[in-house]
Amino acid sequence: MMTRFAGSALPAEALAGFEGAPRGEASPGAAVTARGLVKRYGDKIVLNALDLHAPAGQFLAVVGRSGCGKSTLLRLLAGLDEADGGRIFFGDREVNDARRLARVMFQEARLLPWASVLANVEVGLGRERGSAPGRGRAVETLESVGLADRASDWPSALSGGQRQRVALARALVSQPRLLALDEPLGALDALTRIEMQQLLESAWRRELFTAILVTHDVAEAVALADRIVLLEDGGVALDVAINLPRPRRRGAAEFGALVDRILGRLLRSA
Amino acid sequence: MEWKVEFLGAPANKPLWSAYQKDLRGAPSQESRAKNRMTRVASVDFDSSTDAVAAPSRRRAVVAVASGASKWLVPALVVALWQGASRFGLISDTLLPAPTSVLAAGWRLARSGELAANIEISFLRAIAGLVVGGGIGLALGLANGLSKLSEDLTDSTLQMIRNVPHLALIPLVIVWFGIDEGAKLFLVALGVFFPLYINTLHGVRSVDPQLIEMARSYEMSNRALFWRVILPGALPSIFVGFRYALGVMWLTLIVAETIAAQSGIGYMAMQAREFMMTDVVVLSILIYALLGKFADVITRFLERVCLPWRPAYQK
Repeated sequence: MMTRFAGSALPAEALAGFEGAPRGEASPGAAVTARGLVKRYGDKIVLNALDLHAPAGQFLAVVGRSGCGKSTLLRLLAGLDEADGGRIFFGDREVNDARRLARVMFQEARLLPWASVLANVEVGLGRERGSAPGRGRAVETLESVGLADRASDWPSALSGGQRQRVALARALVSQPRLLALDEPLGALDALTRIEMQQLLESAWRRELFTAILVTHDVAEAVALADRIVLLEDGGVALDVAINLPRPRRRGAAEFGALVDRILGRLLRSA
Repeated sequence: MEWKVEFLGAPANKPLWSAYQKDLRGAPSQESRAKNRMTRVASVDFDSSTDAVAAPSRRRAVVAVASGASKWLVPALVVALWQGASRFGLISDTLLPAPTSVLAAGWRLARSGELAANIEISFLRAIAGLVVGGGIGLALGLANGLSKLSEDLTDSTLQMIRNVPHLALIPLVIVWFGIDEGAKLFLVALGVFFPLYINTLHGVRSVDPQLIEMARSYEMSNRALFWRVILPGALPSIFVGFRYALGVMWLTLIVAETIAAQSGIGYMAMQAREFMMTDVVVLSILIYALLGKFADVITRFLERVCLPWRPAYQK
């Protein structure tokens, strides 16, 4: 998959506005663009002509109050739901079915209870499943999330954090161009959460995919993202670049100031 | 007779069982006053030479055997009581023969080859009905769980038929098939169809939609989705239906063989009744019980093999 996309030149605009740490120039990540995205549930308009562009390889965090439509946006971008209006582009190509390019990590790990940990990771291999190189990659990826020794266990024997690590390995092994993260750490305890954030960050730095993280935890967004977008009334209300050097220290003054600023804006919108 | 009076007039604080044991041994033993009832019962069943004061290690071994074999405790006790009651004339031999007479009848029929032949024919009928009816039930359950069109076409019809007790069809079935094999096959197949159909349908429907969404987002083909997500997810429920179907299978077969058959265990029991051979009747009933237990053991084994991921089957 890496080689398949290596030749495709990225559109110039994809790199414009890129404000994160310097990354490899031939990123396998896809630039994602939403234009005039509309989503309604009955009479309620959840997304109202939303425009958003995430350059290739960017780590974008989407925050907002409950029900602001952040998960809806993610589901549309990942191709899980269909929009009522608007268009979605990957790179410069419009896509109708984003499933081919995007992988999703849900709040629940969603592992198959009847498949071993390794077999669950192999779900991410798609058609490559069952081939020797595929299996090798699955084992390697499982190793990269620190669970190589649990390969033959049932998911029911794992803790919540370990299950999410398996889900991350399953997403990584499919070499996604876009990784959509729908509050995947929401149900974890504070310590496991920080470990998972570090794991996610290192995976993103290594694999160079575009990441879109939906979270209600502003500190998590500031710790991980190149850029934070605040959704309100079905549109983007705030768009902040996070230029802190990585790895980020939570105790740093700039870190706290940024969290305060975004939280303040969130609270004001009540 | 003297014993019977004592037995019935035993004081309330003297358990029935110890009166029985006293008589078996001819004299009251110290053992019958032991405090631990479990050990006491076990020692009679599994260790006939118990001393009043057993060595501690020996006692532990007895307890271990007792806990391992505790499932057989009640059946063994019932048989023992039954034998005792028959032997002392509490139960008339023509109404309910003693276990030893039943065993003797079993031995007699086994030697003539009649028993094996009848068990074989009943077993084959049960399996044939299960395969045909269960197969159709499983297939329709899967089809209706997966396809809206298939469900619209067949489900309401099936739900209507379901409300007819299948044994009510016996008069009609005899008219249609006579007392041929077809009659038994039809009834058993109809009986096992519904438990498998309904539980398979329920199983497919209740597969976690989040897992299906996950599988779809990983571009699983329909085929892979079925084999790797839907079928394993529905399997626990299918097994519930299978267990239930096995119960209906024996029930239907017994009724069908008693009413319309010329071979099989049910027929053997009906023939024996004509000649007042109650020992053979009881033998037939016991064989049905054993076959039912056998089917249950097989199902448990299959569940253990097919559902190793369920926490209940993990060590």
